[in-house]
Amino acid sequence: MQTLMIPEIGHFALIIALLMALVQGIMPLAGAATRRPLWMAYGRPMATGQFLFLAIAYACLTASYMLDDFSVANVANNSNSLLPWYYKASAVWGNHEGSVLLWSLILGAWTFAVSRFSRELPRDMLARVLGVMGLVSVGFLAFVLITSNPFERLLPNVPQDGADLNPLLQDFGLIVHPPMLYMGYVGFSVVFAFAIAALLGGRLDAAWTRWARPWTNIAWAFLTVGIALGSWWAYYELGWGGWWFWDPVENASLLPWLAGTALIHSLAVTEKRGSFKSWTVLLAISTFSLSLMGTFLVRSGVLTSVHAFANDPSRGLFILVLLGITVGLSLLLFALRAPRVSHQVAFSWLSRDALLLINNILLVIMTVTVLLGTVYPLLLDAMDLGKISVGPPYFNALFVPLTVVLCLFMGLGPLARWKRTGGRDLLKRSWLAGLLALIIGALAPLLYRGEWNLQVSLGVLISLWVVLPMVRDLWVKTRHSSGRLAGAKRLSLAYWGMILGHLGVAVTIIGVTVVSNYAIDRNVRMGVGDSVELAGYTFTMTELGSRRGPNFLADFAEIEVRRGDSQRTFAMTPEKRLYLARGMPMTDVALRPGLFRDLYVAMGEDLEDGSWAMRLQYKPFVRWLWLGGLLMAAGGILAVADRRYRRTVTARDPEQGVAAEPREATA
Amino acid sequence: MKRRLLLLLPLLGFLVLGGFLYQGLAMNPFDRDSALMARDFPAFELTTLEDPERVVDESLLTGEVTLVNVWGEWCPTCKQEMPQLLDLADRGVRLVGVDYKDTREKGREFLAEFGNPFEVNVFDPEGSLGFDLGVYGAPETFLVDADGIIRYHHTGYIKPEDVRDTILPEVEKWRE
Amino acid sequence: MARVIRGLLAALLLLPLFAQAGGIEVRQFDDPVTEQRYQDLTASLRCPKCENQAIGDSDSPIAGDMRDRVYVQLQDGRSDKEILDFMVSRFGDYVLYNPRLEGRTLLLWGLPAALVLLGALVVVLMVRARRRSSARALSAEERDRLDALINRERTE
Repeated sequence: MQTLMIPEIGHFALIIALLMALVQGIMPLAGAATRRPLWMAYGRPMATGQFLFLAIAYACLTASYMLDDFSVANVANNSNSLLPWYYKASAVWGNHEGSVLLWSLILGAWTFAVSRFSRELPRDMLARVLGVMGLVSVGFLAFVLITSNPFERLLPNVPQDGADLNPLLQDFGLIVHPPMLYMGYVGFSVVFAFAIAALLGGRLDAAWTRWARPWTNIAWAFLTVGIALGSWWAYYELGWGGWWFWDPVENASLLPWLAGTALIHSLAVTEKRGSFKSWTVLLAISTFSLSLMGTFLVRSGVLTSVHAFANDPSRGLFILVLLGITVGLSLLLFALRAPRVSHQVAFSWLSRDALLLINNILLVIMTVTVLLGTVYPLLLDAMDLGKISVGPPYFNALFVPLTVVLCLFMGLGPLARWKRTGGRDLLKRSWLAGLLALIIGALAPLLYRGEWNLQVSLGVLISLWVVLPMVRDLWVKTRHSSGRLAGAKRLSLAYWGMILGHLGVAVTIIGVTVVSNYAIDRNVRMGVGDSVELAGYTFTMTELGSRRGPNFLADFAEIEVRRGDSQRTFAMTPEKRLYLARGMPMTDVALRPGLFRDLYVAMGEDLEDGSWAMRLQYKPFVRWLWLGGLLMAAGGILAVADRRYRRTVTARDPEQGVAAEPREATA
Repeated sequence: MKRRLLLLLPLLGFLVLGGFLYQGLAMNPFDRDSALMARDFPAFELTTLEDPERVVDESLLTGEVTLVNVWGEWCPTCKQEMPQLLDLADRGVRLVGVDYKDTREKGREFLAEFGNPFEVNVFDPEGSLGFDLGVYGAPETFLVDADGIIRYHHTGYIKPEDVRDTILPEVEKWRE
Repeated sequence: MARVIRGLLAALLLLPLFAQAGGIEVRQFDDPVTEQRYQDLTASLRCPKCENQAIGDSDSPIAGDMRDRVYVQLQDGRSDKEILDFMVSRFGDYVLYNPRLEGRTLLLWGLPAALVLLGALVVVLMVRARRRSSARALSAEERDRLDALINRERTE
């Protein structure tokens, strides 16, 4: 169905959004530099307008998808009239052009949110923040309009029907994973803008960190959920039960996550103690830069597939130039404006400051290691030193020990006080936890499997070492004359957020450890009536057949599963599908999820004697991986809800400024 | 001053990385040199496509500079590069084919339809010779010198200009 | 076809660039140790034809051939190193997911180690300097000024 002018309206809206972004990028910054309130005041309305027109553009593209307007090239290449409506709506971001548009829309949304919820910001600070975000937006909108216009028409040869969405993407994962991930990536632009604004304004006190912290936490929480969803999607959709591949695409999302994790901790130090100022600014710039670089690495295809890129070299170059300008200028500004003299705040070995310093250094080493492994093949190739691969064995060999060390310090973090903690005091509060962690860690593999396993012991040990000291701390802190509940209520939400976040890390580590060591994966030949035993479950094939789906043909197997000698059984039905529009075969796995184990059955090849090669897997604790991610994200969000950030403007008289502070007034 | 330099480090690091990324834009990760470069052509013992009774081995490739082309009937690109191979044969280059993962009938049909520039075709139905050559797809082309040593390797489609610009000069170079 | 699919995935670039699950074959192993070695080897060898996939996870024909060779050589009692060398001599270092330590990979393995040492040094120096430092955290006055800044009402 060709519809009127919807794509043209979208295209036009996009151009208006770009113009507004330009105004938003120039006027407030110029106003802040020349102290002209009128110019600074352009920021807020432009942010609103830009978001509005981006929303219109996005809605137009979505409408073209929903209405099957195959005269739009983007729709014709990525949709099909038979596609269910929810896949049509998510197919919008299932391709390059649409996903960059979504990126821009989300940037517009974050900008709009900042302009709404930062009313207590000083005018020049807000002007600079919105200006910086406007400039970033200009870059991306120019990228969309110049190299990746999703509204291009195929006229006059309009195809009868679309080429369909890749079956791999016809999945719930496509609906939720990219928006979450982008919310995280783009969300870091806020803290980036705050840091640049602080550099520009020359006000590198702790104030900007307090304003930026909630935004950073939210972005980080989204990114965490996005990564967890991506891992989960790969796990069930790609068909062999892997959940992390150290693929450049995954590393591209892990890099800003690691830097962002360092950032939320260093923001805490800067806000509370006024130290690490330059470092926090640098981390804020780096985190968003890594988000941009992730976009470059995957969009340009320099690391993955040359074919996606060779068709259109302008895209890769455009993003690289964009990256160069954004990151280069920011780092230059940093080099010029970061405080010349570091403001030294005293702290001792046993202090929260020192532990957070170690946390930051370790997280940065992890970030550099992942970045190095990801780009190293490219570096060698560029220097004509041959082509090598860097894969999971390398990353695991370095990442795992670093994580263990990080967790050793992490256990002490919540116990330590700012500035200094008495060694005796710290020991008193942690020895029992340490001892319990050691004992349970040592015994866990014996109790669980009857055989000792170093990796499992270590994994359990460090998880407990992270959790148990917090449990003790909670126990002590919730003591209250009117009961524990009252005591719990007294604790700040920021504290609860930290507890949840750290608990999430421990849960994920347990999941990684157990599933890596105890997963069972077996390929077997099965015909009707055959039984196979795996990890205490009996898998019996009861039926082989074929069926026709809406847009595919499928062979399926019916497997009856029984646990031990139990009377109850349940059925699992894996399929091997052939998608007709693209002639593409797909394995549709059968999953039986559980908190303590997943069962996973995939169909392989027809062995042509009435039996099939089947892949049976037992995945203990695999859900903990993603559960931990959700807990971390929940912790990040909870901390934002803390009263300190919700504080509404009090009755203090702004005109009198600093002097009007109550404490001073009474003095 | 020292601190100022320290603050410049992140920018320098980024500029270096950016330079590599810029270079990376022009690189093709699939354009890899063969691991067999400057090594003996691998040993094999296979029959020819033309005659199931005739067994040939690596000595087939000594004595003269030879272009070995790995092809298969199932490979569409192989059909497209046939004119270039015929052109090379016309220019006096000795060509030997390796019919990779094919059936005898299909291989013969292919040559009947698209022409046969090869002096002889080694029939490799299991892909064992192809595997020893490190072939992971067809077409791939190897230049073997008179001593049976691999001197040049081309992955994928040979464009008409490749014949003139790279392959013929390489052949000339190793004939000397 | 595979190229088209990868192109599309490359366009999306959120999922790792894999084709879908493949390589489900039934193999008999004499003992669980050999089976584990087979799984480790097929996970650490990269498919030369694919985007970025271990041969154990790929359904491309060459990955299948490579799995066959790994299996046969394991049955012949060859060591892991012999099997990896066999593959490298045909397909190059590219197929090793675990790059060997040599001149050109010195930085790859060495930099993280150097960073750990440097990091430890930085921690020691910083904490020592700050223990002695007479400076203090924000003074009461500074803290108040900060609070004022944060709470300053919109002045438009």
